[in-house]
Parts: sequence; structure tokens; C-alpha cells
Amino acid sequence: MIELYVLLAAMLVAALAAIEIKDLLAAAVSLGIVGFSVSIIFMLLQAPDLAIVQIVVETLTVVFFAAVILRTTNTDTTLAGGLKREVVFPAVVYVAFGIIFMFLVGRALPELPSFGSPTMLVAREYIALGLEKTGAANVVAAIILDFRGYDTLGEATVLFTAVVGVLTIMRRAGRKEHTGEGKS
Amino acid sequence: MRGMSPIVQVIARLLAGMLFLFGTYVVLHGHLTPGGGFAGGVLIAAAFILMSLAFGSVEHAERNSYTLSSVVESLGGILFVSLALAGYVAGTFFFQNASVYGVGSPLALISGGIILPANIAIGIKVGAGLFAMFLALGASRFVMKD
Repeated sequence: MIELYVLLAAMLVAALAAIEIKDLLAAAVSLGIVGFSVSIIFMLLQAPDLAIVQIVVETLTVVFFAAVILRTTNTDTTLAGGLKREVVFPAVVYVAFGIIFMFLVGRALPELPSFGSPTMLVAREYIALGLEKTGAANVVAAIILDFRGYDTLGEATVLFTAVVGVLTIMRRAGRKEHTGEGKS
Repeated sequence: MRGMSPIVQVIARLLAGMLFLFGTYVVLHGHLTPGGGFAGGVLIAAAFILMSLAFGSVEHAERNSYTLSSVVESLGGILFVSLALAGYVAGTFFFQNASVYGVGSPLALISGGIILPANIAIGIKVGAGLFAMFLALGASRFVMKD
């Protein structure tokens, strides 16, 4: 399991780098490091379905980021220098919330079953009867499209909402050209 | 609007068909091997995005494929919901699988009842939706800048 912790450390470093770097293209690449590390972790935890989805979505996300960044601006101008007063209060709140959260998690985690031992009755039923009831050899597909079809419908609705949101915000028809640039 | 260099164009022309074919394979074998509608749909969208980035596009063609892909995305969603609604037509429940579609023999390509057509519907929906998003973000237009 040592490689798992190496990947987790790399993800932490890459996430911090993505926040701190002023070059947005480098920040997008750092985000890509986080995503591909998640994909490798899924492979190590023997979840190939999730690993495939993660790796293709991450590749496409980096392409999206790179294309949009190359089209617009390349440097992050929102980073303010120095510690201001309005930064201190949220930081204190975040740290306090983190301490409370860690305390509660520390109390709650020992109650959970240990890692890698599925004791849920529902999951046991799915694994035992998945092939017989649905005829699908891939038990993940059997769960997400048969036993848990409602969840997948909700996921499809989420994606549909995201696409509708992007298309609504970025639409060209009906946009007022008050600045003179408009459609170029 | 022009695309990228000829090297990129040649490689993209070689790769895009393979990418589309592999995406279709992942969608159609979602009930047998790891993968499924979502991953395959993203691969299909990646094939279109690769071609769009490498070759660029002209304004009216881009608008046409923008409209077409958003319509196809909605059609995929409608197909998915109507697959689920077929349970009501057959007199059972929403998302009813085995008694409506039949289970088939395990490990055959046509098996798993609702899972194969639902994967196809999700693949269409995800692929078209992501490509519409890409076109809406105008990401293929950056090649025009220089």
C-alpha cells in the first residue's frame, strides 16, 4: 500500500501547486496530475470501471481547460498579495470547522466496518444475484443500470443540467452587443 | 478559421476514427467488460473534439454541429427515459428489467436486458452533450488568434 500513499502525497502537492501557481496553464496541468493520480488509485483499489471513466474524463477536462485558457488569458490576476484582514476571519472559521470535523470523524470512523470488508447486506445481494437477475457479466453495469437505475437517471439529469447551463450562459443568439465586440 | 499544423492534422486523421471505434466498443460492451455508456460517450466526444481542434472549422458549420449535437443530446436523454418507461407500458415498474426485456444468456453481446440499450442512450447523450459544451465554450476558436 506504499504506492497509494505516494500517490496521495503527489495529489496534495499538485493540488497546492494548482492553487498557488499564477500561470493558469501550469495550474491546469497540476489539476491533471490530481485527476490521473485518482485514476491510478482506482486501478490499485481494483475498480477498473471507475478508473476508465476517471482517465477519459480527466483527459477531456485538461483539454477543455487548456483550450479555454489558450483562448482567453494565461495569468491569474485574482491572487492578492499579502495577508489582509478579510482573509483572517474566514481562515479562523475554516480552521475551527476543520478541527470540529476531524473530532467528529475521529469519533465516527471506528464505528465503520474496516477497509475492504463489505458487510452491507444489500451489496452482498447485488454481488451474489447480479449475473442471475440481470444477465450482465459486469456487476458494476448491473448495479448502476438495473438495481440503481434511479441513481443513473439522476446522474444523467445532472449532466443534462450542466450542459443546459453552459449552453445558456455561452449562447450567441439573443446576446446584446453593447460593448461593440459581440460576435467576432 | 484555420486549424493546427499539418503534423497534427495527419495524426488526428489517423487517430480520430480509432478513437470513435474504441468509444463505440466501450459503449457496446459496457455490460461485459469495464466501461459503459459514460466512458464510451466521453471517448466519442473526444474523437469529435480532436478533429475540431486539429482542423478548425468555419462559422456556419460550427453553428450547425452545435445545434445538431444539443438536439442529439436531448434525444439520448429521451431514449433513456423511454427505456425506463417501457416498464409501465408492460404493466410493471419504472426501470423494470428482466420481465420486460429478457435477460439473455450471460456473456453474449445481446444480454443484460435494459443495460445494453441504456448504455447506448447514455453514450449518445454524454458524447453529444460534451461536444456541444466544447463548441459552446468556443474552445476551437483560439486557433484564430494568431
